[in-house]
Amino acid sequence: MRAHPPNGPWPGRRRVRRPALVALTVASAVVGSTALTGCGQSRDPGVYTVLNSSTDDSYHSWDAATLERCGKRLGVTVRQQSVPADQVMTKSLRMASSKSLPDIIQFDGSEMPAFAETGGLMDLRRLGVDTTDVPQGILDYGSYKGTYYGAARTVNTLALFYNKDVLGKAGVKVPTTWEEMREAARKLTRGHRYGIALSAGGAEDGVYQFTPFMWSNGGDETDLAGRQVIQALDYWKSLLSDGSLSKSTINWTQADVNDQFMAGNAAMMINGPWQVETLNTKKSLHWGIARIPVPRAGDDSVGPLGGGELTIPDIGDTTREKTSAKIVNCLTSEQEEVTYALNSWMIPANRKAAAVWRKKVPSLSSLADQVAVARSRTAKVGSGWTSISLALQSAFQSALTGQSSASALKHAQARVESGK
Amino acid sequence: MSTTTVPGPAAIGSSAEATPDPARARRRRTLAQWGFVAPAVLFMLLFFGYPLVRNIVMSFQHYTPSTFFTGKAPFNGLDNWRKVFGDGLFGKALWQTILFTIGSLIGQFCIGLALAVFFNRRFPLGGVLRALILLPWLVPMVVSGIVWRRILDQDIGVLNSFLGLFGIGHTPWLTSTHVALLAVILVNVWIGIPFNMVILYGGLQELPREVYEAASLDGASAWRTFRSITLPLLKPVITVVLVLGFMSTVKILDLVLALTDGGPADSTQTLGTLTYQDSFVQLDFGAGAVVGNVLVLISAVFAVFYLRANRTEGK
Repeated sequence: MRAHPPNGPWPGRRRVRRPALVALTVASAVVGSTALTGCGQSRDPGVYTVLNSSTDDSYHSWDAATLERCGKRLGVTVRQQSVPADQVMTKSLRMASSKSLPDIIQFDGSEMPAFAETGGLMDLRRLGVDTTDVPQGILDYGSYKGTYYGAARTVNTLALFYNKDVLGKAGVKVPTTWEEMREAARKLTRGHRYGIALSAGGAEDGVYQFTPFMWSNGGDETDLAGRQVIQALDYWKSLLSDGSLSKSTINWTQADVNDQFMAGNAAMMINGPWQVETLNTKKSLHWGIARIPVPRAGDDSVGPLGGGELTIPDIGDTTREKTSAKIVNCLTSEQEEVTYALNSWMIPANRKAAAVWRKKVPSLSSLADQVAVARSRTAKVGSGWTSISLALQSAFQSALTGQSSASALKHAQARVESGK
Repeated sequence: MSTTTVPGPAAIGSSAEATPDPARARRRRTLAQWGFVAPAVLFMLLFFGYPLVRNIVMSFQHYTPSTFFTGKAPFNGLDNWRKVFGDGLFGKALWQTILFTIGSLIGQFCIGLALAVFFNRRFPLGGVLRALILLPWLVPMVVSGIVWRRILDQDIGVLNSFLGLFGIGHTPWLTSTHVALLAVILVNVWIGIPFNMVILYGGLQELPREVYEAASLDGASAWRTFRSITLPLLKPVITVVLVLGFMSTVKILDLVLALTDGGPADSTQTLGTLTYQDSFVQLDFGAGAVVGNVLVLISAVFAVFYLRANRTEGK
């Protein structure tokens, strides 16, 4: 091009123009082609990926070790990709639309139905995932419309944590009924210390904490305006009006509640076993754990089931999916479940593993009892849970800031129905 | 795609030499001009046009998680729009967005302007202080949100402990449905002050000194000088500050999520948090797109006013 003599009508311009045109053409072509490609990827036959939410350092390394052991046993490499818990769903959906789904996705139990509803999950039983020794409650937890999609390694629930020293000094017995808990909380409130802490925050955390009160009282998520649900919310309100519960409760996550308890700002708290690792970092804190109190003596304490579930998305390659099922079998084997449960302070899903675990950590046996009768949030309403959860959050926040429980819950029920 | 409209370099070279035809040359010049415009147009179409059109189309579709697998999103007419507008939450969020935007802009602008005028005078340590005031701008929004959540805590927050020294009782900053929005606005004002101050300060530095000298010779008071000289001369800068401020305020999401998560009882829900909640919590992408479109529309209306104001000023 340089050799071209500048003898045209606009010699100067033309010299600039041609290389520029070439550059522009190339640039446009590059932009265009990168926009069109980038989707789809071929899978490495020896490498499997697990998408989970183990962004926390310790969880990430526990999972890495487990996956390595299982990979070695099956002669494949298993990699984990971790994203924050609230992004697992959206990330998976994006991966689905670009046909680059991982081999195994670990969903939170409350999210699995929404993904299963798309038809994007495989029936685990058909792929050969072992379900012997998995209790019925946990099978239900991993099922959607009768099909078993999610295999839990460990499950968790909520319990009442209490500060042994504070209760001992005040001569207060560990409460077992609502009335006792209200009384104990009132007695234990002193100065900057509240009797009890719980999370009534505007997110799933708050709803998770409300469920044991709602369910133990016979309330149901399908009828938010029901009398038993109103009573449960009124009970929360009574703790607040007694001054035994901080008004900040509506702004707290479960982690915040744990912070308050550890800092000595609360004598008791409603929380889950996943906090135990943090609780144990404070040596001077002597805590105990008990079942969440029930409305009347003799009632069943029904807590919520929580925890991740391993699912196998439909990637259109049955051989590969069957190997994924073997990986799931390894991860949910007795040995691996016990190891993971001991690390994470959660309860093994498998009955045999749970028995072994119970012997190793007798202090948490009340949790194991609670899990045995715990209930899944999505068993009744499936993927409709998210709208119920949002309406419920708004309702208890309104009620705790002044509105009457009945009208707040009536409004919530109307919102759920209009959204259908 | 552009390869069809732009001939290859070899073709241009050989034909140009053979016949120096003026019409052809003109055509080629137009082509070259288009060639220069093309990358910008392409960029705009790809990164602004496409998402915008997609978002509008999506608001008329039944777009659910299944769509990601099947690629099918059946059109459902005005269903999404009816659903969003029929839900009382939309009106509430819209009203709160308006309050939030106006409140934030007034606070940020007035304090920013006052500080800019203050620092416009030279005094010892003025530079250092000015740099310190920039700090909120350097802190990531989410970090500010989390720190302020602690500061504003009703029982153990620093602010209430401090106010307690003056006998002011515990204010439920983030836990009362009546106060939470105000608290979020105050935090946003704190975050926005540096931006307003820097731009206005820059504007003040550009103002001609002579006018001020003339004013002081005429014996004009400080207030009079500010009102009759500083404000009118600063008007173009003020417009820019307010428009940019509006754009970043009306779409607020991160700060609200970090401070209150839209609560308590939706009292700090804005259009930004609502579209997030619809799309990424409820996974109802159609409804989320509707709210997103309303946000775009509000910004577009504002942009038209802004452009018109600028044009009259140019004349």
